[in-house]
Amino acid sequence: MKTSTTMRRNKTLKTVLALSLMATVLTSCSSDDDTPEIVNEEEIITTMTVTLTSADGTATFQSQDLDGDGPNAPIITADNLTANTTYVGSIELLNETETPAEDITEEVAEESNEHQFFFSLTGSLAEVAYTDEDADGNPIGLEFELTTGDAGSGTITITLRHEPTKPNDGNLTEAGGETDIAQTFTVVVE
Amino acid sequence: MKYYLYVFAIFCSSFIYAQDCNSILLGEIVDFHDNSTLSGATINITGKNLSTVSKENGKFTFKNLCDGVLELEISHPECTTKFVTVTINGNTFSEIRLEHHLEKLNEVKVIGDVPKSTNSAQENILSVKDIERNSGNSLGDALKKIVGVSTLNTGGNIVKPIIQGLNGSRILILNNNVRMQDMEWGEEHAPNVDVNANQNISVIKGAAAIEYGGDAIGGVIVLEPLPVIRTDSLFGKTQLNLSSNGRGGNVTSSLTKSYKSGLYIKAQGSYKKLGDLEAPDYILSNTGINESGLSLNVGKRDFKQGWEGYYSYFNSEIGILRASHIGNVDDLINAINSDVPSVINDFTYDITQPYQEVTHHLGKLSYYRRFEGFGKWTTQYDFQQNRRFEYDIRVGDDADKASLDLKLTTHSVLTNIKFDAKEGFYLKVGALGRYQTNFANPDTGVRRLIPDYDKYDFGLFAIGSYELNKDWTLDAGARYDFSRIDSKKFYRVSRWEERGYDVDFADIIIEDLGTQLLVNPVFDYHNFSGTAGFHYELNDKDHLRFNYAYSQRAPNPSELFSDGLHHSAARIELGDLRIKSETSSKLSVSLERNTSKWGYTFAPFLNSMKDFILVEPTGVEFTIRGAFPIWSYRQTDAILLGVDASLYNNWSSKVRTDHKFAWVKGTDTETDTPLINIPAANFTNSITYTIPKWNNFLVSLESQYVFEQTRFPDNIEVFSPEQQENVILDINTPPDAYHLLSLNTEASFTLKNKNDLTVGLTASNLLNTNYRDYLNRQRYFVDDMGRNISLRLIFNY
Repeated sequence: MKTSTTMRRNKTLKTVLALSLMATVLTSCSSDDDTPEIVNEEEIITTMTVTLTSADGTATFQSQDLDGDGPNAPIITADNLTANTTYVGSIELLNETETPAEDITEEVAEESNEHQFFFSLTGSLAEVAYTDEDADGNPIGLEFELTTGDAGSGTITITLRHEPTKPNDGNLTEAGGETDIAQTFTVVVE
Repeated sequence: MKYYLYVFAIFCSSFIYAQDCNSILLGEIVDFHDNSTLSGATINITGKNLSTVSKENGKFTFKNLCDGVLELEISHPECTTKFVTVTINGNTFSEIRLEHHLEKLNEVKVIGDVPKSTNSAQENILSVKDIERNSGNSLGDALKKIVGVSTLNTGGNIVKPIIQGLNGSRILILNNNVRMQDMEWGEEHAPNVDVNANQNISVIKGAAAIEYGGDAIGGVIVLEPLPVIRTDSLFGKTQLNLSSNGRGGNVTSSLTKSYKSGLYIKAQGSYKKLGDLEAPDYILSNTGINESGLSLNVGKRDFKQGWEGYYSYFNSEIGILRASHIGNVDDLINAINSDVPSVINDFTYDITQPYQEVTHHLGKLSYYRRFEGFGKWTTQYDFQQNRRFEYDIRVGDDADKASLDLKLTTHSVLTNIKFDAKEGFYLKVGALGRYQTNFANPDTGVRRLIPDYDKYDFGLFAIGSYELNKDWTLDAGARYDFSRIDSKKFYRVSRWEERGYDVDFADIIIEDLGTQLLVNPVFDYHNFSGTAGFHYELNDKDHLRFNYAYSQRAPNPSELFSDGLHHSAARIELGDLRIKSETSSKLSVSLERNTSKWGYTFAPFLNSMKDFILVEPTGVEFTIRGAFPIWSYRQTDAILLGVDASLYNNWSSKVRTDHKFAWVKGTDTETDTPLINIPAANFTNSITYTIPKWNNFLVSLESQYVFEQTRFPDNIEVFSPEQQENVILDINTPPDAYHLLSLNTEASFTLKNKNDLTVGLTASNLLNTNYRDYLNRQRYFVDDMGRNISLRLIFNY
């Protein structure tokens, strides 16, 4: 009787040891003791530059947010525009967290079926017309024409949606998709 | 000499609330062969030095027993000594049949509850029936049956229990005596346990059960398997549930084989699949769930010693409401102002982004040994691994990549000695050692929300209970916990400076990578907890319990380190490295009456908290993608005051009514403002009609009224880029009060053995009421679940 108890105890002990060993092996397999690897987010867009050209010259709107989701707000700049003028517009997107900066514009152009810029205007900004289209003949918005109204002030909100419903009627809610960019520029029209 | 044991414990209807140390065990020793009674058998209660001898009529009695599981040692001159497990629940009758001719066991049935962990604290038990009725739901839903327990939901499938106003890391979940380590810190992280794996579930409100941990300020949820009886038997149980809402169901099955030697083996498995859930007016797109669970117990129980090996596996894949995945603060404003969700697709079983997938492995080995005239020594090792993937809607090459990939591995060793040789007194001392490591996979390409860390815990405790006389029982305990967290984390330089860490934590920077800093925070916490209380029996029906618990909890990784945009919630969460331990002082009183006719519990509590840690919306931050609400962690002093009350009455042998009311008020005493996410008062009434003759036919109607939460923190004002002006973000306003009805009916049938098949039909939200709940994080986007009709079949064999 005594022998069997001892044997049983030994067996228990062995099981405990075996499992502890397994656990130790499992722990040592994981690589978390090392210094963790840095994550540089790839999909990030830090900078949107809108270039507007008319016969009178060039104006630029820019939103730059170098710390991404960090606490710093984007730095937004917008040149003044001339009243009752049509500008030829183009948009450039950059990821400036990388050196040299990565051009995201190309990515959007390549996947133009899955992207669309939306423009929403108030005040002295009169109209935006798309001048580019994707393979299916739907607008993209990397290139467009902006027409100003009378002198005053106005806003332009530029939203880039990823995988929106295409075609759509320009309504953001119905277009759906994921917002990659949503920036508003306050513009003086003189 | 072989013989046959037939144990059948009968218990009174007050099983949910009963916790008496005045229970009487009436037993009878019968010869199965000729039904003659056996006198002269000696019955010992092991570990208690209580013994008696069966009388002429075979009967024996033990008085003044506490509820719980007892092991009886029965010896008879004609037989060798044997052990039988009996569950005491109120006055209990146990018939023990000894038989020489039959070796095979036909039926072993023990109905009852877990032994209570404390004498003086507020403690409730979920009945096996309630667990069966909630087999298709989550643990949180099942626990809601207990007064004072509510839930924090992210949709219908991610359900976190709240005990007396507190949730998350303040609630300790003990799965077969293993403290779950499953990232309980996140609001959308539900407990990774299968509600079907354990048939004993109880809730200890508050930190009184300090044996399990000193930091369970909210409470402890104890999940335990039913005790296995020392006899040769093989029995199983299979339950199938089908639900109309979600158009799916679940199946769970268990098989237990036990031997006279005390050896047992139990295997259990569950599988659940539901498609999109439905609100009364629309489909809640992408809210399906796939869940599977497996558990295996092997062990041997003997009076002198015993061991157990336990393994459990749990995997769940849960869809997150598509409409709750929003872009920025304007989307949130639009969602709050809109009555219908932005995305409603056709019903599907498919789960797509956003969704989460969690796998939990738990392994345990335990051993105990009793020393005569001394006590019982128990030791345990457990291993857990929790892997969590969260998938957001991503595009391009990363579309199928997780946005969050965490692996949390924990090893724990515990040991304790219970000195119980002296009757009416026991003392238990124990120690705990724990090592935990978290690995955040950088392959996600998304900055880590929770960093890599190593955590070391060490704890020491002593608890004791003393029966002063037959009316008064005193209990007390003290505990010390040391905890060290050693993390390596990257901060954006801009965040580091915005938080002021460049001033306070300049010395922990180990590498400057330009736009990011690698830092090594190492924090030590020394926490103390203590409890004292009494249980006073005014008479055999009325009881008074009083408990004071002091407890401290170290901040969890989320409270310390959260940093970044939580895409699926469209919010920026910010922890604070300066957060220190929070302290709770809780007074709880419970006045109870239990009779076969009627009974009540009236249980007020006052919880005063110093440095209470909370997270709430504090503003917005602007990014190129728009503005996002910030949720920041902060510490304050707070008071939680509340009451749990319940009443039952048996109007006749067929009609019973139950009434439950819970209310809690939470106040930030530094700012004198209401605390966020405090459950609204709720009032539940039910009437049950039973006809035992008609196959135990039962029908019950339950009405649940949830009041509007009128106390909530102010909403915040944010700048809406879309509207180009400051607007009020209506993020804290609670929804209206609501009333839900549910109907349940069940009956048992006999196929092979008596009442081995139970059939039940339940309709929840019977009237298909549109409602939103304050503690559902998806209340901004959609209505809660509509009517659900579910059918359950439970087969015992």
